[in-house]
Amino acid sequence: MWDRIVQEAPDFFTYYNAIFVLQAMGRTLALTVIGCVAGFIFGFAIAAIRSTRARALLPLRLLVTVYVEIFRRIPFLVILFIVMFGIQAVSRGISLFAIALISICMVSTAFMSEIIRAGMESVPKMQREAAEAMNFGFMRTLLLVILPQAWKVILPPGFAFMVMFIKDTALVSQMGVVELAFTGKMFVGRGFSPFLVYGTVLAGYFVMSYPLSRLGAYLENRLATSRSRESIQRVWTGPGPVQSEPVGEQG
Amino acid sequence: MNYTFQFGVVFAQLPYLLGGALLTLEVAFLSFWLGAVIGLFGALGKMYGGRVIRWLINAYVVFFTNTPALVQIFFLFYALPDAGILLTPMTAVVIGMTLNSGAYLTDILRAGILSVRREEIETAQVLGMSGPQMVRFVILPHIAKTIYAPLSNFFIWLVLGSSMAAIFGVEELTGRAINISTQNLRTIETFSVIAVIYIALTFIASIALALVGRWAFRVRARIF
Amino acid sequence: MNLSVNKGEVISLIGPSGSGKSTFLRVLMGLLPPTAGEVRIDGGAIDYRSRPQLRAMRDRMAIVFQQYNLFQNMDVLRNVTIAPIKIKKRPRADVEREATALLLKVGLAEKHHAYPDELSGGQQQRVAIARALALKPEILLLDEVTAALDPELVTEVLDTIRSLASEGITMLIVSHEMAFVREVSTRVVMMDKGQVVEIGSPAEIFGSPKEARTREFVGKILRH
Repeated sequence: MWDRIVQEAPDFFTYYNAIFVLQAMGRTLALTVIGCVAGFIFGFAIAAIRSTRARALLPLRLLVTVYVEIFRRIPFLVILFIVMFGIQAVSRGISLFAIALISICMVSTAFMSEIIRAGMESVPKMQREAAEAMNFGFMRTLLLVILPQAWKVILPPGFAFMVMFIKDTALVSQMGVVELAFTGKMFVGRGFSPFLVYGTVLAGYFVMSYPLSRLGAYLENRLATSRSRESIQRVWTGPGPVQSEPVGEQG
Repeated sequence: MNYTFQFGVVFAQLPYLLGGALLTLEVAFLSFWLGAVIGLFGALGKMYGGRVIRWLINAYVVFFTNTPALVQIFFLFYALPDAGILLTPMTAVVIGMTLNSGAYLTDILRAGILSVRREEIETAQVLGMSGPQMVRFVILPHIAKTIYAPLSNFFIWLVLGSSMAAIFGVEELTGRAINISTQNLRTIETFSVIAVIYIALTFIASIALALVGRWAFRVRARIF
Repeated sequence: MNLSVNKGEVISLIGPSGSGKSTFLRVLMGLLPPTAGEVRIDGGAIDYRSRPQLRAMRDRMAIVFQQYNLFQNMDVLRNVTIAPIKIKKRPRADVEREATALLLKVGLAEKHHAYPDELSGGQQQRVAIARALALKPEILLLDEVTAALDPELVTEVLDTIRSLASEGITMLIVSHEMAFVREVSTRVVMMDKGQVVEIGSPAEIFGSPKEARTREFVGKILRH
């Protein structure tokens, strides 16, 4: 086995292969970052909707809650299949990358909304009341009072989630999107030693994921003031399904 | 678009699919409990072990939590035969997921053990509890309470993650759905049905775990 | 309950815990929905279900809470100025000049850029009072503003309120500080179980209460 690795290594670690792998890594990162940013924006909207109390918005609250629950309880792989075949039934012109991205955004929205909701709930209710008594509107309360206090609680699990997502995107290789995990399949198909190939792919993921998880751990320590430390505890170990390990898909 | 949904052909295969769901639970169960054993030793080793042991455990946790389980299993399944180790798809998946959950559970269990406060142990000593009594009445209940929620979430995460096994040809829920859809060509319907099964499965798991938690550890667990 | 307040009056609400004093203030402020009854300002009834009316009413009132409720993410100056600038759309320079004067008045001139968690309870409560005053309310509601403070910090807050009373702001005070109530109030309202038991001048309520319930309550309090 070692002989094979040593023998193949010069053919494998070529300039063009390196470029190819790096591009694939770029695609993995793009999927992750776009997915997380979109997830943050839509997730924020969902968390904001769920924090309303008006009776008129009850159907909307119900709708987004059902959305969140559903997408956190279906394997990512299954969502990928449904979205892919669903979209292709309507139109053939959409690229696989776009389809993968849509699926990723749908899932990350559900998870991010839970993280953001937990963060918003960590801000004492009285803060909201004080703002209300001073005639702050819904959006002003959210943007000036709730979010500036909640972000410390949102960031650490947010980063943990992003790390998860880098790995989850590996499943996208199954539908033929040329990201990092796909390069593994491809090189093995060309006859390279799986040891060498998958070792490299694993290293590639590690290089992307490790710094992020360190940053997340650093932020968690750094941002934990006496008050928010309690809240982080609540998010990471506290009641209900909002915790450090998102109920989700493993990739 | 003129696509007409036909669920009939899928419903006819429901028993077959539910059989797959059973296998899904099996994979999740196996990797959860095997992972818990690794996690327990990992947590204890990380806290009380020597320098080398701590470093090794750390390396293990960091590696497995920072690389995709899918690629790890690819490695086990395709690369190990080169070294003369041949694994069936099922064993490769269970080993991969076990190693993964072992890494995560090391961290979760360690956080649980660390959460026991000195004052609690001192109080127990003041009350005149013996060593085993202390473990039974003070330390274990406390750890159980702290890690209960992350653990139950992690189990659900494993249920969903086990769908990966389909990629290696294991005929669990997702695998069987792929089998069916290649025959009846009703992919959207088939996968919608198993999506519902997954939702039901995880809900049942959530509720069951919440009940166990309430009964055994008096944890007020939320399902939503 | 039936209560009318004239401009410049200082009304104190007293009564046992749970008698509905704080609830009354919160309903007035629209933080709790009223179940029945009517609130009139300048003779016009307020419809609490109407957003614009609620906003207009809140525009004329301000409340100081028992737990201060300063915005933790803003420094003292911003806590005081944010509502006038963002909600009332007044020019920043004017608002800041007034805020500086207000903070001087409550004795916190040098704390402009401190954050709430760097201040003592008494200091926070005085900032909260300045924040309420910056809204230039016609009516100021004070909800047990000293209840959460350490005894030695109570005086500084009461001194602040006393000086406001002498300036002729209309105030509704919920307090358990009977000596203070007796001193600053123009009228005292005795409440029990959500009902008004008796309304009278401080001398009447504390000196010669008509109702047995008032006598009992005042007697119990003064004996302490």
